[in-house]
Amino acid sequence: MGGASAIALGFAPPQAFAQETRQYKLLRARETRNNCTYCSVGCGLLMYSLGDGAKNAKPNIFHIEGDPDHPVSRGSLCPKGAGLIDFIHSEGRLQYPSYRAPGSKEWTRITWDEATDRIARLLKDDRDKNFIAKNEKGETVNRWLSTGMLASSAASNETGLLDFKFARSMGMLGMDCQARLCHGPTVSALGSTLGRGAMTNNWVDIKNANVVLIMGGNPAEAHPVGFKWVMEAKIRNGAKVMVVDPRFNRSAAVADFYAPIRAGSDGAFLLGVINYLLTHDQIQHDYVKSYTNASFVVREDFSFHDGLFSGYDAEKRSYDKSSWAYERDAQGYAVTDPTLQNPRCVINLLRQHAARYTPDVVTQITGTPEKDFLHVCETLAATSARDLTSTILFALGWTHHTNGTQIIRTAAMIQLLLGNVGMPGGGLNALRGHSNIQGFTDLGLLSVRLPGYMNLPKDSQQTLDSYLQAATPHADEPGQANYWHNTPKFFISLMKTLWGDHATPTNNWGYDWLPKWDRSYDMLAYFEMMHQGKVNGYIAQGFNPLAAMPDKNRMRDALSKLRFLITMDPLDTETANFWQNEGAFNDVKSEDIQTEVFRLPASCFAEENGSIVNSARWLQWHYEGARPPGEAWNDGHIIGTIFTKLRALYAKEGGVCPEPVLNMQWNYRDPEDPMPEEVAKEANGYALADITDDKGRIVVRKGELLPDFSVMKDDGTTASYCWIFAGSWTESGNQMARRDNTDTGLGTTPGWAWAWPANRRILYNRASLDVQGRPWDPKRQIIAWDGQRWEGGDVPDYPVTSPPNSGVGPFIMHSEGVGLLFAGGNKLVDGPFPEHYEPTETPVLSSALGKTTLRNPAARFYADEKPRMGDPAQYPYVATTYSITELFRHWTKHSRLNAIMQPEQFVEIGDKLAGKLGIAAGDMVRVSSHRGYIEAKAVVTKRLKRLSVMGKDLDQVGVPCHWGFKGATRKGYLANTLTPAIGDANSQTPEFKAFLVNVEKV
Amino acid sequence: MGMQSQDIIRRSATNGLTPLPQARSHEQEVAKLIDVSLCTGCKGCQVACSEWNDLRDEVGHNVGVYDNPANLTPETWTVIRFDEREDEAGKLEWLLRKEGCMHCAEPGCLKACPSPGAILQFANGIVDFQSEQCIGCGYCIAGCPFDIPRISQKDNRAYKCTLCSDRVAVGQEPACVKTCPTGAISFGSKAEMKDLAATRVEELKGRGHDGAGLYDPAGVGGTHVMYVLTHADQPSLYHRLPDDPHISPVVRGWKEWLKPVGALGFIATLAGAFAHYMGVGANTTDETPPTEPEKELEGAGQGPNDNGRDA
Repeated sequence: MGGASAIALGFAPPQAFAQETRQYKLLRARETRNNCTYCSVGCGLLMYSLGDGAKNAKPNIFHIEGDPDHPVSRGSLCPKGAGLIDFIHSEGRLQYPSYRAPGSKEWTRITWDEATDRIARLLKDDRDKNFIAKNEKGETVNRWLSTGMLASSAASNETGLLDFKFARSMGMLGMDCQARLCHGPTVSALGSTLGRGAMTNNWVDIKNANVVLIMGGNPAEAHPVGFKWVMEAKIRNGAKVMVVDPRFNRSAAVADFYAPIRAGSDGAFLLGVINYLLTHDQIQHDYVKSYTNASFVVREDFSFHDGLFSGYDAEKRSYDKSSWAYERDAQGYAVTDPTLQNPRCVINLLRQHAARYTPDVVTQITGTPEKDFLHVCETLAATSARDLTSTILFALGWTHHTNGTQIIRTAAMIQLLLGNVGMPGGGLNALRGHSNIQGFTDLGLLSVRLPGYMNLPKDSQQTLDSYLQAATPHADEPGQANYWHNTPKFFISLMKTLWGDHATPTNNWGYDWLPKWDRSYDMLAYFEMMHQGKVNGYIAQGFNPLAAMPDKNRMRDALSKLRFLITMDPLDTETANFWQNEGAFNDVKSEDIQTEVFRLPASCFAEENGSIVNSARWLQWHYEGARPPGEAWNDGHIIGTIFTKLRALYAKEGGVCPEPVLNMQWNYRDPEDPMPEEVAKEANGYALADITDDKGRIVVRKGELLPDFSVMKDDGTTASYCWIFAGSWTESGNQMARRDNTDTGLGTTPGWAWAWPANRRILYNRASLDVQGRPWDPKRQIIAWDGQRWEGGDVPDYPVTSPPNSGVGPFIMHSEGVGLLFAGGNKLVDGPFPEHYEPTETPVLSSALGKTTLRNPAARFYADEKPRMGDPAQYPYVATTYSITELFRHWTKHSRLNAIMQPEQFVEIGDKLAGKLGIAAGDMVRVSSHRGYIEAKAVVTKRLKRLSVMGKDLDQVGVPCHWGFKGATRKGYLANTLTPAIGDANSQTPEFKAFLVNVEKV
Repeated sequence: MGMQSQDIIRRSATNGLTPLPQARSHEQEVAKLIDVSLCTGCKGCQVACSEWNDLRDEVGHNVGVYDNPANLTPETWTVIRFDEREDEAGKLEWLLRKEGCMHCAEPGCLKACPSPGAILQFANGIVDFQSEQCIGCGYCIAGCPFDIPRISQKDNRAYKCTLCSDRVAVGQEPACVKTCPTGAISFGSKAEMKDLAATRVEELKGRGHDGAGLYDPAGVGGTHVMYVLTHADQPSLYHRLPDDPHISPVVRGWKEWLKPVGALGFIATLAGAFAHYMGVGANTTDETPPTEPEKELEGAGQGPNDNGRDA
């Protein structure tokens, strides 16, 4: 009794305790470096696995945290990255191949041999039956349209290269990747305006900005670790952060200023900014004169009237673009007027074009209060000063519109007018979505693309010469770098990689074996074909199109018409299970669906070596930390095995057009399981003979890796799969694996990993100095002329020996050498100037601009889609889809840690609308469009404002896009049940961001 | 900084008559500084906390707000609180606050705890629960002015943030600090964190947040988790963060004033027992020794602790 009392009263003597803190669990665990598999910030990971690497210990990753050496992430991970351990060990990870027979309601386990034998047979039979060697005109086209493939967005570049060879060797055109659904319009817009379709600066450089405009994106939620550098700009640089968005989102929560906007009206807002800058004359005059085509004179027959540019054909819904061109002089060069007096100068036409977008008109269209709009204009305009920059951060909020390309182009034009492109702390920062979607775009995994932003030849380009002639531009102004004049070198080096020794001058380097296209077979077009029963087979690699494509019910019907579907994925996706009845979430009759389905288990990022490209074009190499679970294989192993079996069938049986299949270079040590390292070297490229410079000195020996793309030849003596990747793995080793994070100025870290092109970290950086070579802002000098060459903290994006005053423009990819305020020729399908058009589903029935052309007149519109569009009488609210911080697309719902953070589907409804409809927070509501409905919990919020649009009240509804009928979260509806299947006019990226819905309490 | 027992400066239900080791006096206090003006409510800290500490809470429900899990639980040691606020001018603010243990300099939980050594305070300021010693009485909850500890239904023990004492013990920052994408959470010596806070407050005032300030409440002797608040004049705007937290007078009364009284009673009892022994001699029964009170409180199904603690 005495002892007990002593304890209770606190008299116990102090003693030694064995364990006051928990044992530190990482002490001798094996540490492996990798990069996050979710968004394109590309954060560095430290993966810790059981065992110290001894042969007898089976590595098993048990903890992941950030890599503090990584220059962007500096040890941070967002909730998705911080929960990666539960992605790797998700209960949804597939362990072995399985098969669903036609009409069956269940999966059965099969062996890899059974699966790959059967798949090779199905592919060959369908190809042999449906291959099109010649079109109706008798032109050689060598294409196969009845089977298609979706390539992943998180797989490594090495997988992507194998995907391309696999699909194109068979003649597939129905090939696409996630870029189609996300940043397609960015590539069209930035490529046509600046020369390259990629993020201009880099994540860390955001810290150098004075103004950060976040519009059409929400980086605090979608790119949380990249957003670190917005906060750095704010803290260290006193930057003003502005958010313009339909929702007051998490980016707005820490911004200095927020303005609401109607989803789908960003184009009008930005054209209003251009009008403001020009009417207030707040532009960087010297920059605009020297570095844009402001002074170029446009042809007399170019015009714009009633929402239409000259050359419109209403029947074809397309333009004859011949009038969208410069006046030419006798030598064929474009006519300019450096005094800008000619009324046909681009700048004067632009002024006239934008003048319609007065603050009042902008406010009527967008619903943004006029004072808020003007605040954004004034803040941006201030950065026309030489020593101030604004940066623009955007993502899918701008791409997911029928005029997405033109919205982004308007933003790029604003930055040109302000003199902010090429400047540290400036630029157009397109925040790519998935961890390697930049890479898969670079690698040409889109319907009619080739690696390195070249195009696949089309039917009319029957000869190599005709193709190269069209693909190789002439300079528009004398003396310009006009870098695409090298196209033949890049193209023939690609052909030598594809066909190896089979590519010879006599067969035009195998030109005929490339499939030729008559039209785009982008995902929207291809699913339309599928819906019509014209597609038999489909491969979905690391892609969940049932969840990712618009109008889910229609897409499910399309998949139901396939004869066979093959999925390769680490996770059990909705697409693989599209035939399963999941009640209201997926209401199908399994027995009526005659598709046979192969579900192949793939490894994930943590279980492979390889490289991925982040948004800032950094190729980062990562390492395997553990073997895949169960029987799962790396994607390259799956592709390699199927392809090897298919080739064996062709070798044995013959078949239709076997040459490209059998001649495709596939000389890997193990053809069934190529090593990432050998593939990465192939992407970089080799010298096939000694390469000499113009003085005859050998610069690269036969068999050596190419040091960069400048040594490439068009005579078959160099091979490189992707010219912009040349330099990524050289004779000095794997440049992508470099880890020197030394800051060479303004946050530039050229020794970390490797960036395309040529390790440049800020694109167009020559434009940060004036024509004489003096920096516009001495604090932001990143390159300098040393009397002989351009040198500096960054690699000059410019011919290094072209001196100041040489007249060579800084936009070296353009034949003009300058940024394009007027993008004529064939660059864009819907106009050389941007114009605001309403979304396909819009609450606005008449234009505040007084025009009759309300919607994008060049957007492709399938007749079948018309009855699936709703009108505002029935669907009075504007809805928009988006991602939230806690979840990544439809992947992290398989990760328990992330499922805990947002366990159940919800929609966001403004408090005024909720009040009107009698909806309280936490109520279940039904959101319906003309295509279907979803039911979800209501988050009622002040953060969605009621707007006044064209004099009427307008409410908006927020639809996060993350839940489904597979995964660790509560089951939910695929949000894309609601969205319309119509795409951006230039890139066919679907209009996910503005459509009409109704809302009811259930 | 080491974490040996010699670094323990306070121990629950332990008197001060035999002082804890004090020779190691050259140790810094640590602090976590949470700057709400930089927080985007991403929940990276929530995930990193659960991941490092091997916690997996239930997959719950959406209850009409972003907060998830909806509250702290024995398996969720930190949550982001989301509050929408419109000021008089109609300007909307989304106030985001990471909630979790404040690691008070005068920890109410430790003061209230009746189980010896179930709650420790280290010289670096970390207040840590020793689950093995916990008897599940819930006094720590009553003692906490911030409503942080939670008792698990699974094992009837109290849990809360450890400030990653296992990481700090080997010289690393806590998991939430490391992962924070925007730099809203910082970690260092308490003195450095106060300096950093002062810089941040100055910057915020420069942006027009006149009410910005540091939250390091004196009522609990200051804390080792501090906030920079944009409205430091109204802490309760941030999901009922106490304006002036202090240990409940009931807990203080019991532990500070009544304890000596109880001790005197105990000494009297002991003196009586000694007198009995001297006068009558030792008891010689074969009865089972008396049950330890902790075990009785621990409830059914809990075996005796085997950590060498004597009774």
